[in-house]
Amino acid sequence: MTSLLGRDRSDRVYRRVLTGFALILPSLILIILGVLFFNALPALERFGPSFLWTSTWDPVAEVYGAAPMIFGTLASSMLALLIAVPLALSVAIFLTEFSPRWLRQPVAFLVELLAAIPSVVYGMWGIFVLIPFLRSYVVPPLKALFGWTPFLQGVFYGNSLLAGGVILAIMVVPYIAAVSREVLLAVPASQREAALAMGATRWEAVRSAVLPYGRAGLIGAVILGLGRALGETMAVTMVIGNRHDISLSLLQPAYTMAAAIANEFSEATTATYQSALMEVGLLLFVLTVTVNAIARILIWRVARGAAVGSKAL
Amino acid sequence: MSAFRRHLTSRVMTALVVVLSFTAVLALLLILGNLIAKGASSVDWAFFTQSPVPAGQSGGGVANAIVGTAVIVGLAALIGVPIGVGAGMYLAEYGGGRLGFLVRFIADVLNGTPSIVVGIVGWTFIVKPTRHFSALAGSVALAILMIPMLARTTEEMVRLVPNSLREAALALGYARWRTSLKIVARTAMGGIVTGCLVGIARIAGETAPLLFTALGNLNFTLNVNQPMQTLSLQIYVYATGPFDEWHRLAWASALVLMGLVLIISLAARWVTRQRYGSIR
Repeated sequence: MTSLLGRDRSDRVYRRVLTGFALILPSLILIILGVLFFNALPALERFGPSFLWTSTWDPVAEVYGAAPMIFGTLASSMLALLIAVPLALSVAIFLTEFSPRWLRQPVAFLVELLAAIPSVVYGMWGIFVLIPFLRSYVVPPLKALFGWTPFLQGVFYGNSLLAGGVILAIMVVPYIAAVSREVLLAVPASQREAALAMGATRWEAVRSAVLPYGRAGLIGAVILGLGRALGETMAVTMVIGNRHDISLSLLQPAYTMAAAIANEFSEATTATYQSALMEVGLLLFVLTVTVNAIARILIWRVARGAAVGSKAL
Repeated sequence: MSAFRRHLTSRVMTALVVVLSFTAVLALLLILGNLIAKGASSVDWAFFTQSPVPAGQSGGGVANAIVGTAVIVGLAALIGVPIGVGAGMYLAEYGGGRLGFLVRFIADVLNGTPSIVVGIVGWTFIVKPTRHFSALAGSVALAILMIPMLARTTEEMVRLVPNSLREAALALGYARWRTSLKIVARTAMGGIVTGCLVGIARIAGETAPLLFTALGNLNFTLNVNQPMQTLSLQIYVYATGPFDEWHRLAWASALVLMGLVLIISLAARWVTRQRYGSIR
C-alpha cells in the first residue's frame, strides 16, 4: 500500500506528463510559424512588402511576387463559398428542422462521407469527370447568357478558376454542413416552439426564430469552410491550371498559394526561389490561422467550448 | 400577407431546402459511382501484388503504394496517437483553467491548418538536414496533422464518462492518476479508439504533405529512410500523367484508397456501438 504522500507525488507526476503532452500543441503552432518565418527570411528581406502586390514570378530573373496566387486563392475560395453555402445550409436546415426522423442518420452519414473522400480523389474526379461536364453542359449556356461580362471571357480549355471553385465547393459542403447542424441543434427548442405557437409556418419559424439565434455560429461555420477552402491543395492544384496570372474570367487558368507550393517546391533549385515559396507558405499559414481563429470565436459564442466540426465524419 | 401566401412560401422554401440537400448527397453518389464504374474492372490480383511497370507498358500493380501507405500511416499513428490522446486526457481531466482554454483553442485552429504547410515542417526538420527524401519525414508531417484532431475527440469522449464513476473510484481510495487511467480512460476506450481510427482514415488520404517528404517511389521498399510510395501520391502522378494506362490505374488506386478509408471509418463507427463514448 502506498503512503498518501507517495500517492500525492504520483498524482503530480501524472498531471505533469499530461500537461507535457498538452503543451506540445502550442509548441507546434510556434514551430510551424518559426520554420516558415526563418525559411522565408531571405525573401522577406529581399522583396519586402511589395511581394504582396507584385505579379511577376520569374525564377530566371529571380523576381518573385505573390499577387496572382493571393488573387487566385481568394477568388477560388469565394466562388466555392458562393456555391457551397446554400447547399450546406440547406443540408443543416433539412437535417435539424424538416427531415423525417428515419432519414436523418442516412443523410447525415452520406454528407459526412463527402468529407472522407481524399483530396487527391476529388482532384482526379475533377480532371476526368467535372471538367468534361463543365465543358459540355455548363460553360456553353453560361457563355450564351452572360458571355458579355468580364467573368466569362476567353476560351474554356478545362483547367480554370471555375473548375477549381466548383471542386472546392463540393469539398467544403460537408464541413459547413456539419458545423451548421451542430449550431442549429444548439438552438433551444423553445425558440422554435414559441414561433410555431404564435402561428408561424414552419419556414417562418426557421427564418425568424432558429436562424437568427444561431447567426454567429452559422457565420462561424461559413468562415471555417473558407479556412478549409483557402488551404486546400491537391484537388485545386489538379484542376485550376497553375498559371501565374490575374484574370477576372472564371474560364481562365489561375493559381493558388497552396498549389504553387505543391507544384514548385521540389523544383525550386535556388535559395531565393525556395525562400519565396516559403514566404507564400507563411502568408497562407497566417491567413488560415486568422480565419480559423475568427471562426472558432464565433462558433464558441453559440456552442461554448464544444469541439464542433472536429469530428466531421 | 395572406395565410395562403405564407403557407405557399413555407412549402416552396421547404422544397428548395430538400432539393439543395439532395444535390449535395447526389455529388457524393456521383463520385462513388464514377470510382466504381471506372476503377472496379482494373482491381485484380496483379493490381495488389505487383509493382508498377515502366511508363507506356500495360499491366503492373500498386503493391508498393499499398504497403507504403500502411507503413507511413502506421508510423504516423505511432507518433501521433500517444501525444494526441495524452493532450486530450489533459483537456478532459485538468483542462478547466487558462492553459486548457488555450490548448483547446489552438487545437481547433490547427485542425484547419493547410496540410501542405505541415509538409514544409517535415521537410525542414528531416529532409533538409539528411539531404534525402524519406518516408519518416512524411510520417512526422502526418502525425502533426493527427495530433490536434485526436486531442479534441479524446477530450469529448472522456467527458462523456459519468462523474459518478470517477467519484466512486476516488471514494474507494483509488489515486487520481489510477482513477484517470483505469476507470475513466478505460470506460471511454471505445470512443478514444474511434477518434484514433477517424484520424487515421483522414491522414491515409493525405497527399500534399507527402509531396516533398515521402516523395514517392516506383519500387517496393520498407526502408523508412528512403522515399516511399503511397496510394495518394500514386493517384496524383497517374491522374496528371499523359497515358491512358496510367489513368486506368489511377481510377483503380482511387477506388482502393476510398475503400480503405471507408472501411476504417465504418470500423470506427462500429467500435462505438457501446454504452459510453458514442460519437453522438
